[in-house]
Amino acid sequence: MLRFSKSKIITTLAVIFIGLLLAVPSMMSREQREAYLNAVPSWVPSWLVPSRAIVLGLDLQGGSHVLLQVDEADLVRGQITLLRDDVRRILRDTRVASQNGIQTIQRGVQIRVPNAADRERLMPRLRELAQPINNAVLGQTGNANIAINETPDGAIALTLTDAGINERVRRAVDQSIEVIRRRIDATGTVEPSIQRQGADRVLVQVPGLQDPQQLKALLGETGNLEFRLLAQGGATDVDMLPMRDAGGQRVPVERRVIAEGGDLTDAQAAFDTQTNQPIVNFRFNIRGAQRFGQATTENLGRQLAIVLDNEVISAPTIQSPITGGSGQISGSFTVEQVNNLAVLLRSGALPAKLTIVEERTVGPGLGRDSIEAGKMATYVAGIFVIIFMFATYGVFGLIANIALIVHVGLIFGLMSVLEATLTLPGIAGIVLTIGTAVDSNVLIYERIREEVRAGRSIVSGIQAGFDRAFATIVDSNSTMAIAAVILFFLGSGPVRGFAVVFILGILTTVLTAVTLTRMMIALWYQWMRPKVLPF
Amino acid sequence: MRLIRLWPENSHFDFMRFRRFSFPLSAVISIATAIMLMTVGLNFGIDFTGGTLMEIQAKSGQANVAQIRQTAEGFGFGDVEVQEFGTAGEVSLRFPTQPGGEAGQAMVVQKARDTFGAEYDFRRVETVGPRVSGELVQSGTIGVVLSVLAVLFYLWFRFERELAVASIIGTLHDIVLTIGFFVITRHEFNMTSIAAILTIVGYSLNETVVVFDRTRELMRRYKTMPTEELLNLSINHTMSRTIMTAATTALSLLALVLFGGQAIQGFAQVMLYGVVICTYSAICISSPMLIYIGLRGSETVKVPEGKAAAAE
Repeated sequence: MLRFSKSKIITTLAVIFIGLLLAVPSMMSREQREAYLNAVPSWVPSWLVPSRAIVLGLDLQGGSHVLLQVDEADLVRGQITLLRDDVRRILRDTRVASQNGIQTIQRGVQIRVPNAADRERLMPRLRELAQPINNAVLGQTGNANIAINETPDGAIALTLTDAGINERVRRAVDQSIEVIRRRIDATGTVEPSIQRQGADRVLVQVPGLQDPQQLKALLGETGNLEFRLLAQGGATDVDMLPMRDAGGQRVPVERRVIAEGGDLTDAQAAFDTQTNQPIVNFRFNIRGAQRFGQATTENLGRQLAIVLDNEVISAPTIQSPITGGSGQISGSFTVEQVNNLAVLLRSGALPAKLTIVEERTVGPGLGRDSIEAGKMATYVAGIFVIIFMFATYGVFGLIANIALIVHVGLIFGLMSVLEATLTLPGIAGIVLTIGTAVDSNVLIYERIREEVRAGRSIVSGIQAGFDRAFATIVDSNSTMAIAAVILFFLGSGPVRGFAVVFILGILTTVLTAVTLTRMMIALWYQWMRPKVLPF
Repeated sequence: MRLIRLWPENSHFDFMRFRRFSFPLSAVISIATAIMLMTVGLNFGIDFTGGTLMEIQAKSGQANVAQIRQTAEGFGFGDVEVQEFGTAGEVSLRFPTQPGGEAGQAMVVQKARDTFGAEYDFRRVETVGPRVSGELVQSGTIGVVLSVLAVLFYLWFRFERELAVASIIGTLHDIVLTIGFFVITRHEFNMTSIAAILTIVGYSLNETVVVFDRTRELMRRYKTMPTEELLNLSINHTMSRTIMTAATTALSLLALVLFGGQAIQGFAQVMLYGVVICTYSAICISSPMLIYIGLRGSETVKVPEGKAAAAE
């Protein structure tokens, strides 16, 4: 029947009206949007006011996209060092000696204790090291983070398990996200987006950032600060660490750590009042202050080693005991370097090194040009199609054109509600949709023409045209949807933006090309009562 | 007002005749593509090879390409591709993946910024490390394979075996010819190209489905009509729609090619080519293929669910 009940007409129009209304916030600039949201009277419930807007992708607004990966090898190295320290402590506590010290093996450490009685005392303590893994998602997994293997000849191997390492990596990503957020916030950057990607990656997106050099410098450093002592001749427990600005020269540094970055409560960039050199002022918490005070009292005249990420950045001589809990790091720094260092120290250390595996930066100029070009292409494509449809189908073409405009509006409306990201390929998707959306109308109209030619009356021809074309419309849209959905799951960033537009476009086609068009044609028929088809 | 009539009413044009040209033509092009793919290969973008891509624009509006090339080659970062594009002094530089893992890549950008930063604006900088590019190759391949499988599944579910086989041949044909387009034009092949191929898969299928929906309908109406005639009739019936849709889609894409800006032009060109290929293959490859596969091999004809619902 070509009759539409009043309620059906009202429902359809209401759905479309709401859909279009949702697109309104996306059409405004940020300032306009804020002004408009402020202008809404307070008695209007907030869910009634469309406030969500489309997010512009970095390729359109300009900015940096940096993908970081937790360096698993570095993380494992750190874990092995901790394991070695634990084993050393236990050996000392239980007064058991390993025959050939603590050897580092693949993913773990090994000791050799031939005496069975010694092993008896040692093993329970070592077993305490193996903790069950608690996973927030999986709960108790039943796996331990460390596997202990004992051979009859007295060799005991402690190795990190895969499950344990995976769990460590997962936690490292979570911690890194926190640390990165603090570091970026400290630089006053607006609206950074920091999120987990996959098992071991963090995606950092900063709109408007043109040169990510400073950002990368901030993210590239672990920020692990330690206060140790330079070793004196004859000391055995030392690390040979590179010294900054010394041309790769290495200096012996005691393994014992007096205080570390975690003991700091504050760090500020400043200038030395005497030399006018850029420095970093820091302040310890109570524990740090106590240990630092004691160490500086006991080792007067010796050289301190301030170690950042396994590099000695400064080695001042202890001239007087520092008991007040504050001090300064000086060295040949630039202003930017001390600023970065202060941020690093304030925001804490990263649990592992992060490597940049992908970086994409788009300057604001290119983004603006892309938006302009995209708008232009959309308008031109729209005008092309509108003229062509009208020239071919007359009044029916006009109806299809109205449906087309509503269709594009609804895509924007849905994208706004979903706060979807519009990318440059997304714009291409909209332009392509303009071309393909009329396909449904064309299918229907051609079918109507055939049915009328075959001898049906206009009403019955229109009716049959819609009914018979419907199966084909469903078919043709499903085929397009298959490709779009696969693209959505595989693509990232810009390509995904294209898939989103395409999927939404397919969804709205049914409403506009079928329901809305049919309704408009029904109203037109009731009004004009034509005797022949107008095309 | 006189309206445009795209295709005459009650036409009886013999489309099946075209197969004498289209089959050998497509076979030759497909084989040529396969050979060229193996010998010349695709011009992979940094998404798949890894490396660094930069687009810079001269602040003065005049880029000195020769000088940029000479300076960039002097960096010692391997073979640099330097190309001018656009009209406003825009130059693209492409560096290969550097040794030294993920960290090695950062030096390239730093060096280029230090050297060219004074006279040029950096419009775009992309660095893809070896690990990510490997994964992108993987997901791109999975994407194309998966889409073909999904299409197979859909066709198996929706159509008789003969129609399904013919349309999958058509879709594969379109994928091959699109890849051929990339090989011959040396268009950069990147993640966006995968998006273009998947969209072409969708469009290709769309075209065949529209014709075959009609073929199936006519099969039920004219139970004794010879296959060739039946196929000709199906195409003649759907021809106005085919022209109309191809025209509106092509016009939109043309707008994109002409006005969409340099960043999206490549995608639009491939899609425009795809629309032409898909229209051609639906008429000249998939449909005549049925003459050889045999249309009435299966006695029973499935009644599609959509039709049953629409007939109420």
